[in-house]
Amino acid sequence: MRNKDAKTMTTSTPWKEITPGGAIYDAGNAEDFLTGDWRAMKPVWIIEKCTQCMLCPPTCPDNAIPVEDSKRLDYDYDHCKGCGVCFKVCPFDAIDFVKEDE
Amino acid sequence: MPIRERLSGNEAIAVAMRQINPDVVAAFPITPSTEIPQYFSQFVANGEVETEFVAVESEHSAMSACVGAQAAGGRTMTATSANGLALMWEVLYIAAAMKLPVTMACVNRALSGPLNIHNDHSDSMGARDSGWIQLYSENNQEAYDNMLQATRIGEHKDVMLPVMVCQDGFITSHAVENIELLEDDKIKAFVGEYKPEHYLMNPKEKIAVGPLDLPAHCFEHKREQAQSMINAKKVILDIAVEFEKLTGRKYDLFESYKLQDAEVAIVIINSTAGTAKTVVDKLREEGVKAGLLKIRVFRPFPSNEIADALRHVKVLAVMDKAEGFSAVGGPLNADIRAALYGNADGIKTVNYIYGLGGRDVRSDDIETVYRDLLEIQKTGKVGADYRYIGVRE
Repeated sequence: MRNKDAKTMTTSTPWKEITPGGAIYDAGNAEDFLTGDWRAMKPVWIIEKCTQCMLCPPTCPDNAIPVEDSKRLDYDYDHCKGCGVCFKVCPFDAIDFVKEDE
Repeated sequence: MPIRERLSGNEAIAVAMRQINPDVVAAFPITPSTEIPQYFSQFVANGEVETEFVAVESEHSAMSACVGAQAAGGRTMTATSANGLALMWEVLYIAAAMKLPVTMACVNRALSGPLNIHNDHSDSMGARDSGWIQLYSENNQEAYDNMLQATRIGEHKDVMLPVMVCQDGFITSHAVENIELLEDDKIKAFVGEYKPEHYLMNPKEKIAVGPLDLPAHCFEHKREQAQSMINAKKVILDIAVEFEKLTGRKYDLFESYKLQDAEVAIVIINSTAGTAKTVVDKLREEGVKAGLLKIRVFRPFPSNEIADALRHVKVLAVMDKAEGFSAVGGPLNADIRAALYGNADGIKTVNYIYGLGGRDVRSDDIETVYRDLLEIQKTGKVGADYRYIGVRE
């Protein structure tokens, strides 16, 4: 039985059950792969300074700034890799960028 | 009724490709394989095939286009030689690892440098660990027949690997010989349609191919890939049986020529096997028990079968048309010795590097090799086991 989606491929899946070539028979599954623990630096949203100018969400390469009703929400730290692009683009100093353990 | 024709090795490959009518051919010209895409593009222009011909800007692009087209669900082919194959290198491994049965005609040519356009096996021998199945051809008939079987082998569900059909540049690629072709409809029936289980352009299944593969899974994928190569041996034999029923021409993992009772024998690849057979015949007339083993399938390497076929031989020469620069012999030598070790011990074995950069290999050269073997048999002394034939000393 090889026809498995990404979620069922675990670190205990034996080679006879793995999909040939690593193909993933499933779409839109990047969300299932948590990349937050790659982070060394962390962006911190300072709500009081934020004007909701919406410059930061489209710059995020990991879609880790959720947007609802045309307003950004707090970070999706399960997927934010801490690249700091949002921190760079914010004109209002409403994003801080700190070491992960701070 | 089979069709009697006279074609060069390149034409034979191009005709096989026309008869198979693949979905995509992506190729870049390089001597001596240039004629293959050249003839094939004429078939495209004449409307004799439905193939999308992609005139790419390099061999790296050719193989990349093949990977994309095959992953999309199309039957895909290419042709190349020497430095063209070298430029494909990165993508060769990707095609194999993605389990994409691309078919390639490799017209063997010396890999630069020094720059040389003539035949030896340094190009495909370097690609032997890329995960491609490798079939070798003595003459244009074998190149044609191997090409017809290659798609079936690669596309078999237990295999799903790319296949390289090799022949000697100029020696067979440009030499016109008699050949027996099959009718188009018989080929169509034999090769069948390519029906991959999973492919990108299937609207009913959304898939991603070639993703990042981290330590948690990559090892399992390589193990699965290795199993496909192990499985390929049986598939190659099964398809050869089917092909024999169709054509009467018998194929195996290798050809044994007067080997059954041979005391002195050589192992050889591609066109020089033809030269060597005439030498074997001559020696047999003299009462010398000479024989020959010609490799057809080099990957997967038929290790046990070769050991069984050579077990009774007293003195053996392994002929490498590639200098492996291992300082201990050529690539075929390494695999043959490994096959014999612990399996058929005690055969006195020497390795000859021959014919590099298109140096002519005459029947006299091959006869010298057999005479050397007879001398070893007589004296019991092997001497240097890593030698050259045909180089100026």
